[in-house]
Amino acid sequence: MSKRIGLEASHAAAEAARMADVDVIAAYPITPQTHIPERLAEMVADGELNAAYMPVESEHSAMSACLGAAAVGARTFTATGGPGLEYMHNVLYVASSMRLPVIMTVANRALSAPLSIWGDHSDAMGSRDTGWIQVFCQNSQEAFDMTLWAFRVGEAPGVLFPVMVHLDGFHLTHVTEPVILPEQEEVDRFLPRFHYPFVLDPDKPTTHGAFGPPDIYSETKMAQEMALRKSKTVIIQGFEEFGDIFGRYYHPVEPYRTEEAKTLLLTMGSFSETAKIAIDIKQNKRESVGLINLRLWRPFPLEELRQAVKNAEILIVFDRCISFGGPGGPVSSEIRSALYNHKERPRVVSFIGGLGGRDMSVEDFEYVIDRGREVAEKGSQELFETVGIRGEVTDIRE
Amino acid sequence: MTEKRLKTGPDFTWRDIEVGNIVTEVGSAALRRTGDWRSQRPVVDREKCNKCGLCWLYCPDAAVELLEDGYYEPDPFYCKGCGICASVCPKEAITMIEEEEK
Repeated sequence: MSKRIGLEASHAAAEAARMADVDVIAAYPITPQTHIPERLAEMVADGELNAAYMPVESEHSAMSACLGAAAVGARTFTATGGPGLEYMHNVLYVASSMRLPVIMTVANRALSAPLSIWGDHSDAMGSRDTGWIQVFCQNSQEAFDMTLWAFRVGEAPGVLFPVMVHLDGFHLTHVTEPVILPEQEEVDRFLPRFHYPFVLDPDKPTTHGAFGPPDIYSETKMAQEMALRKSKTVIIQGFEEFGDIFGRYYHPVEPYRTEEAKTLLLTMGSFSETAKIAIDIKQNKRESVGLINLRLWRPFPLEELRQAVKNAEILIVFDRCISFGGPGGPVSSEIRSALYNHKERPRVVSFIGGLGGRDMSVEDFEYVIDRGREVAEKGSQELFETVGIRGEVTDIRE
Repeated sequence: MTEKRLKTGPDFTWRDIEVGNIVTEVGSAALRRTGDWRSQRPVVDREKCNKCGLCWLYCPDAAVELLEDGYYEPDPFYCKGCGICASVCPKEAITMIEEEEK
């Protein structure tokens, strides 16, 4: 029998790692991720989890240690956020290029300066092109579910990619909510023991992490790109298998009350739940609005997104990150690109808000929808709009 | 020993890349000519050499070979012309000379 208990999202992620029976955890503490490695350290110390816990001296070392662990076939877990994720940045590329399925929770945090320990998506967007599979979570239950799922997908023989599970710092990591915890037997059925096929073995020596001169580097990158794109099939299969065992079905792109909606709002992470309330209020007033929760960030679910927005006239994309000097928020820029060559496409309005822990209320999302519609109908040339930022922001055209 | 072959060339496409760029053939780096960026090359004077082997020991690329007659000779296929062998030679038997323009 599964049980339903109150659990902080951070502890839910740690619990998922415990039930996945991880072999190695290498982590360095950083707010707002600390509750995850703290809880895992307790579990190891109390004998609830038989794993090697490595309290390394930095995030760069954390990810480097994880590479080594994964290369000998250990089920490997870590967690970080914000500047910690930036500090391990170059090693992130090594993990994905060497196809080592390290699983990592990212407690999303803003980047300095000024120093901010609070949440936004600047860290996630900075890691966008690192070659990791990346998903965003809305609540504690998803923090648990996506962590388990990440092991299943990352370690799948046809995938072998590291996976980042994004939890909004504080807005999600520090929130206690009811979480349904499955039986160990169910977890074991979903997540069989992992056998990394290219394990370092003195009896069968191979070279890992060799250098790649110009006559081969391009081919290695294309092989990696094609493999990541191909992983989407297993990602979706993993969601289906998860649903079949645990009863909760997830999708790369998750529409909410979008039937015949002319205007769609697109959000990621925990803010999607707030935005859903704004959608409910709008629909009660008979307004034609729906929501899209973008769960899968990499590989980007192009086809699913196009399907989800094909009947909409306006698509408002909400970013918790500024791409300094760029053509709008990173998510909205990407969605504009993804839709540009398609004849039937909605007008995309980019909104930026929720930076460095700034809250987004239901009313704020109602404003985003109203203002987004107004801007789209007027045909504004502004590259993006802002919400919840004091002072009028205009003339962002070039 | 089977003949080793460098995995490169026009017929070797991205589809032929091993997962994670793993090199399954041990020692294949030996096939890669890495001596071609050398600007100077070591020349051994056998009159001065006392076969002590310090050049062989110090060479950071293991490019110095021990020959059957007991003398040592840098292999130009790998030697990058760093000059360490010349520097450590107690007999000053190794001279670095400029590579000629081709």
